[in-house]
Amino acid sequence: MASITLDSLTKSYGQTEVLHHIQGEIQHGEFIVIVGPSGCGKSTLLRMVAGLETVTSGQVSIGDKVINDLEPADRDIAMVFQNYALYPHMSVEQNMAYGLKIRKFPKAEIKRRVEQAADILEIRDYLKRKPRQLSGGQRQRVAMGRAIVRDPQVFLFDEPLSNLDAKLRVQMRLEIRKLQRRLGVTSIYVTHDQVEAMTLGDRLMVLNGGYVEQFGTPIEVYEKPASVFVAGFIGSPSMNFISAQASKGQLTLPDGTTLASNTSANGPVTLGMRPEHLKQHGSGPIQLEVDLPEQLGATTLVHGRISGTELPITASLNGIHAASSGDVLRFDAPVEQMHIFDAQTGKRIE
Amino acid sequence: MLSLQIRGDNIIFASPTSFAGSDDPMLKHVHFNKVLLPVLLVAPQILITLVFFMWPAGQALYQSFLIEDAFGLSREFVWFENFQYLWHDEIYLQTFWRTAVFSALVAMLAMSIALILAGFAERVIKGAGAYRTLLIWPYAVAPVLAGALWVFMFNPTLGIFPFLLEKINIDWNHYLNGTQAMGLVVAAAAWKQIAYNFLFYLAAMQSIPKSVVEAAAIDGAGPLRRFWTITLPLVSPTTFFLLVINIVYAFFDTFGIIHAVTQGGPANATTILVYKVYSDGFVGLDLGGSAAQSVVLMFIVILMTVIQFRYVEKKVEY
Repeated sequence: MASITLDSLTKSYGQTEVLHHIQGEIQHGEFIVIVGPSGCGKSTLLRMVAGLETVTSGQVSIGDKVINDLEPADRDIAMVFQNYALYPHMSVEQNMAYGLKIRKFPKAEIKRRVEQAADILEIRDYLKRKPRQLSGGQRQRVAMGRAIVRDPQVFLFDEPLSNLDAKLRVQMRLEIRKLQRRLGVTSIYVTHDQVEAMTLGDRLMVLNGGYVEQFGTPIEVYEKPASVFVAGFIGSPSMNFISAQASKGQLTLPDGTTLASNTSANGPVTLGMRPEHLKQHGSGPIQLEVDLPEQLGATTLVHGRISGTELPITASLNGIHAASSGDVLRFDAPVEQMHIFDAQTGKRIE
Repeated sequence: MLSLQIRGDNIIFASPTSFAGSDDPMLKHVHFNKVLLPVLLVAPQILITLVFFMWPAGQALYQSFLIEDAFGLSREFVWFENFQYLWHDEIYLQTFWRTAVFSALVAMLAMSIALILAGFAERVIKGAGAYRTLLIWPYAVAPVLAGALWVFMFNPTLGIFPFLLEKINIDWNHYLNGTQAMGLVVAAAAWKQIAYNFLFYLAAMQSIPKSVVEAAAIDGAGPLRRFWTITLPLVSPTTFFLLVINIVYAFFDTFGIIHAVTQGGPANATTILVYKVYSDGFVGLDLGGSAAQSVVLMFIVILMTVIQFRYVEKKVEY
């Protein structure tokens, strides 16, 4: 069983602690996405699981085995790197066979596995080519091929799609997901792209400044973000935040607007509303003065301010909407889609 | 934008007359002669090349067709007689062979040690700067001084190494033993070149993406295996480049070391081609024969340069 346990995992460089007591259980066959802004420690965390970075304190285990002090080679993992890290002087075939050759697999078995992987990834025609003769997408496939021929217990992906163009990225994203489902290998995938995170992961680990902000399914993270950071990071366009005063279930916005809510909090809070949850309504309480409409075709993003203030707010309207700068639109804020956060700690208040 | 670009070109290359009557203030005071300026700019380099390279080379070529009498009072034009004589000279042919062995040994020793040192230096994290600086130092030592250093260390009566070697029953005397003398000049020559090779190997290794090495580690390759199967093939363009450079070095730049350590002896055991040019010409006073030898060397240099230019850039693996 290839479950992975991260137990109070900490990483320091000298006096600087960059990862703080990371805690997490990953089930066998699960696809976990570690997501966060650059510099949050997500790649470091992955590299600690891979054995490319030492563990300062805490434990990493695969199955029941603590792997803190094992060499990367002995951890039964495979990793796909951001820049593919193919061996430039070897053909595609040799690239994929390298790990098997070192592990002294019989020649026929190596050949069988390489061909099988090549079939799965549709790179059979390129087996004799060198990496430099391949396109970015093909190199990406070879890198995946090199991972799957080994039949490891765990796949680690370090931002594997960030060097591809937008269209190819969407395609490869689907393929990685399908492949992982098919092989059922426990996987950890690091990305800064929240769309990748939402679409790929069985669960997301949202990391910020070396702390786990939230660890849950994509829908949980979207519907019940644990903090202002998570709420702002996940979802596009990102959530609107307005500071407000809560008392007796009512929220008072800085411009004096009062909104009904079901919060039990009292005092200063941060109100979060996703742009797509603001409902346009002729007599709604929120007045949005339009600065800039963005026509995306399927939706229209209206960027503006709450009337009479400088508080920025964005609403997402269905279809094409003819709003122009200076218009005032009115919106309803549905109670069940409000997110209330503590104004000091940024933590969610139910 | 376009017109501005064209004007920019005119400033440098157009002759003054082309602007006669131009009232553009920008162009008025920047007039250069079309022919004179470029010539002036390259003249110093041309002059140096002519005086220090072409003239001596021409002299050598001319002198190689002459035979001078023992007292330097008369000379005779003999066409290729000097070359014919070389072709049949047993000692010269032996020198050729000795030079080949010497160069191969120096190149192999200097390159393999540099490679190993670079491999280690690449892994060093603490004090890497100091370590690298120290490894580069020998390159700054003048060849004759390097030779003098080795002479003192290996002097059969005074040196520290013969004293130590005696303890393991090796009787060291490179003044008498040709093999030992050869070993000594090879070591001294290689030692000086290690620093240079080290720099190039280190740079080459540092340009290998770290993730490629990490991928190999995850694939199960230990440090030694990674070195053989990943690092070594990926620095192969550097290896080829250094091979040419090192052979050229061993052929031509080791004169100072040999002159300081053995003077080509004992019994010509360390006389390589370039040393023989000197000893035949300035010690033996056979100026024609010496010039003929330097002409042969000149062709070897030309050949090596061609090889270097033709293959160094083509052999790049990635």
